[in-house]
Amino acid sequence: MLSFLAQRVLKGVIVLLAIVVLNFFLIRLAPGDPAVVMAGEAGASDQVFVKQLREKFGLDKPLPEQLFIYVKGVVTLDLGFSFRQQAPVAKLIGERLPATLLLTLTAFAISLALGILFGTFAARFAGTFLDTAITVFALIFYAMPLFWVALMGILLFSVTMEWLPSFGYETVGANLTGLAHAVDVAKHLIMPAMTLGLFFMATYTRMTRASMLEVKRLDFVKTARAKGLSDAVIQRRHVLRNALLPVVTLAGVHSGTLIGGAVITETVFAWPGIGRLMYDALLQRDYNLLLGVFVICSAMVLIFNLITDLVYRLVDPRIEFAS
Amino acid sequence: MKQFWKSMLRSPSGVIGLVILILAIAAALFGPLLFPNSPWRMVQRPFLPPFTLSAVPLGTDALGRDVFAGMIFGARVSLLVGLVSTLVALVVGMPIGAMAGYFGGKVDDALMRFTEFFQTIPSFALAIVLVAILQPSIYSIVASIALVSWPPVARLVRGEVLSLRTREYVQAAIVTGQSNTWIILREILPNALSPVIVLASLMVATAILLESSLSFLGLGDPNLISWGYMVGAGRTVIRQAWWITVFPGVAILISVLGLNLIGEGLNDALNPRLSREGR
Repeated sequence: MLSFLAQRVLKGVIVLLAIVVLNFFLIRLAPGDPAVVMAGEAGASDQVFVKQLREKFGLDKPLPEQLFIYVKGVVTLDLGFSFRQQAPVAKLIGERLPATLLLTLTAFAISLALGILFGTFAARFAGTFLDTAITVFALIFYAMPLFWVALMGILLFSVTMEWLPSFGYETVGANLTGLAHAVDVAKHLIMPAMTLGLFFMATYTRMTRASMLEVKRLDFVKTARAKGLSDAVIQRRHVLRNALLPVVTLAGVHSGTLIGGAVITETVFAWPGIGRLMYDALLQRDYNLLLGVFVICSAMVLIFNLITDLVYRLVDPRIEFAS
Repeated sequence: MKQFWKSMLRSPSGVIGLVILILAIAAALFGPLLFPNSPWRMVQRPFLPPFTLSAVPLGTDALGRDVFAGMIFGARVSLLVGLVSTLVALVVGMPIGAMAGYFGGKVDDALMRFTEFFQTIPSFALAIVLVAILQPSIYSIVASIALVSWPPVARLVRGEVLSLRTREYVQAAIVTGQSNTWIILREILPNALSPVIVLASLMVATAILLESSLSFLGLGDPNLISWGYMVGAGRTVIRQAWWITVFPGVAILISVLGLNLIGEGLNDALNPRLSREGR
């Protein structure tokens, strides 16, 4: 187990380094001489200042050396400076990260729980009206663009029914503390988390249903039935546990999509996370910030993949027997 | 071929999907001839509600532009971007997967690490970064979507080739001294196509969703109207004018749904053994 973990972490670090190198070249691809752009953003573009900037950021050095400086910076969590926001990129991201984690993890939990629940129901009652209804709903949610679901949510629950707030992380100026504050944040969280979760819920529903129907036919289920185990025990211990394996794999594959979805959701709901930060960087063509967020997103995906790998080994009954 | 259409038309999802796709293509091709309103020109007063004037059936947006005309012209962009970016992704992914599966060993290792690398990068974030850096245009959008969607193609083709290359007819071709290129192109790939076609239909759907999300964020081609752009433009006035955001979104939903249904129909028709988890 430990060597497996070490191997995976090493692999993740290598991939992350490769992404950082890719990032370096993407910054060089961005339009304009970085020093001139930076000088312009800082509000002074005379020759002396541009030259100073070039020296300060090592832009007068050969490319491999620049790459080395850049990688060294990222390793020490120095992601550059955002002139638009007048703050280090790492600090801006650090401030926004908790909100994104809260949103994505809530959405992930909702989608996984509801997806497995609905998928199990559909498989249990395969061929009935309930199965058809769940399958059709899953198909529709699967085809909806995220930003549109978000806007329809606002239209329905904020504009028409006035149940939920349509933007932000908390009520501005309310100065709530303790439980009242938590409730306030939760109210603001419901819609963004549901929006982000619906698409994945649809995917997990389809996946759980298909995979449960497949596992049900296998020999060990017949054996369990022949042993006289009750239906509930068979479903829970034999079918569901094995059927969940592909769902776990899918959850790992989806972590990148989840982060991408967070960009859209946070933009629509003005949720103060790194997705919204990415959108702001985009609007202002703040390339340092944009690529800084990109590196952090990639790192988050790698960590998430690592976790799903571990969970997979915990869930898979075959691996348990093997070790 | 006849057999294929027969089983495709037997699956209800395939039929519904085909009907939707044909309607969407017809709207994209002939719509602009029947509804000559330019989607950019002011045709009526701003915020005209839908179903009030037959000339402007779905109302106007904040600048008095025809929402229906926008949807018709938007169909062109969505379908075009979806199809072309998928084709590019196939052109990139198929050779990589075929080479990895056919040659095996170190080639396979190297190509698959490369593919995995691209699969690990959060795709939508990468697409945003690429379009922003290359400047939004239909070309940069197609290129970015293709770049983030080829890895599944490579992996799928690799798996197919891996199992096909041990078949006797392939071994026979190797013994008769045919070149590797000839064997891959003439003997192996034609037999690996059906799962690729299924995947491709689903990829077009994903590409349409990606394009609309990019346009929604303001990264669309500034010279072409698209569904995502329309929703994005209507977002700020959603409290006064729901129709500007609702209708283009429905268009996206229906086209993506249609393509997903076609994917399922194709799956049932082409490889009954392959389960739905294909993606």
